[in-house]
Amino acid sequence: MVRPKNDRPNTAIYDDHEVITPPNRLVKAIKKVTVTVPGDDPVERAETALSKLSSEFTSWMSAECDRLDAARNAVKTFGFGKKTLDELFHAAHDIKGDASTFGYAAVAPAAESLCRVLEYSPEASRIPLPLIDQHVDAIRAIVREYARPDAEQIAHALTKKLWEVSEEFLTAANKDRPDYLAGILSPPIAPNGNS
Amino acid sequence: MNGRAIVRPSGCCMIRIDFHRLRFVVIDDNAHMRRIIRTLLHGFGAREVHEAEDGATGLEAFTHHLPDIVITDWAMPIFDGLELTQMIRQPGSNGNPFVPIIMLTGHSEKKRVIAARDAGVTEFLAKPLSAKALYQRILNVVANPRPFIKTKTYFGPDRRRNTNGNYNGPERRKGGKAEVFAQAPLIDKAKVTD
Repeated sequence: MVRPKNDRPNTAIYDDHEVITPPNRLVKAIKKVTVTVPGDDPVERAETALSKLSSEFTSWMSAECDRLDAARNAVKTFGFGKKTLDELFHAAHDIKGDASTFGYAAVAPAAESLCRVLEYSPEASRIPLPLIDQHVDAIRAIVREYARPDAEQIAHALTKKLWEVSEEFLTAANKDRPDYLAGILSPPIAPNGNS
Repeated sequence: MNGRAIVRPSGCCMIRIDFHRLRFVVIDDNAHMRRIIRTLLHGFGAREVHEAEDGATGLEAFTHHLPDIVITDWAMPIFDGLELTQMIRQPGSNGNPFVPIIMLTGHSEKKRVIAARDAGVTEFLAKPLSAKALYQRILNVVANPRPFIKTKTYFGPDRRRNTNGNYNGPERRKGGKAEVFAQAPLIDKAKVTD
């Protein structure tokens, strides 16, 4: 692909690095607005579009739970291999990331706890299967009972217990790696999708 | 909508993105999340949204569609979002190695954010996703692009977002004063909503 001459990046060369300023090809999409029309907010339009999609979220959440259950059963049947471990982690990780968007925010912490157990255990084969079962069953139960008025309190109580048991397990499993343990217990720093 | 316009005082304006003029490639192995992202982008006004379900087809879509912006998940089959970013960030490639890459992921741990930054990701967005946060990331890459830095070990957007003169850590770059690049002020004027 041959770029037009004025489309070439400017490069400043220093001792051990170059600073390259590429042409901003996206400037074409910037528009200055002095007059706004009510209802023309792009974020509001997108939120409206998303709310129209929300009728499907219950079945999507159910499908994610079925996937998690299948992944758990594969681990129990075939053991902790790379494939079974990856699928169980991805299933839990997707629920952690998607649950709030699907309107099931109280499910995400339990899924996150399962992700932590799977990711931070030095040896997957030493993860107690009952600990996996407790997480998967709790996630499925929270989703199933989400219409209950006390669903969030139940989810909170279940999740609190799961986190306690998981942290206890991870602390023991990583007792020979204090630096690693300190790292995994540190809080996340990334801005989340709501900010 | 009642059609009444809000007229701003003379000299005062806000920045909007004309999404009709942007082409997106969205890469995520989860079909539900792809549909959500596509819905949001169409809601913003985008017309061209191409999808891929893993890193390999994502790279193919990137090469074929020449998107203006890439939105990618981290954890994916074949190769993940981090590897995809490293493949796109090849200086001198025939594609567009400068393309803005927004990583949208359930990972939010410090080591993950740093790894994404060091792979050349432009913006990092931890799930759960919201329309406002996605819009702000897109606005940032469009209106406030950063220069690229090329060293022996890194090629990607300038990782220094902070021009704070109080920085007292190790100086990793050598060669002159033109080391810290103030960000274009355009973004400061941008408002997502009224």
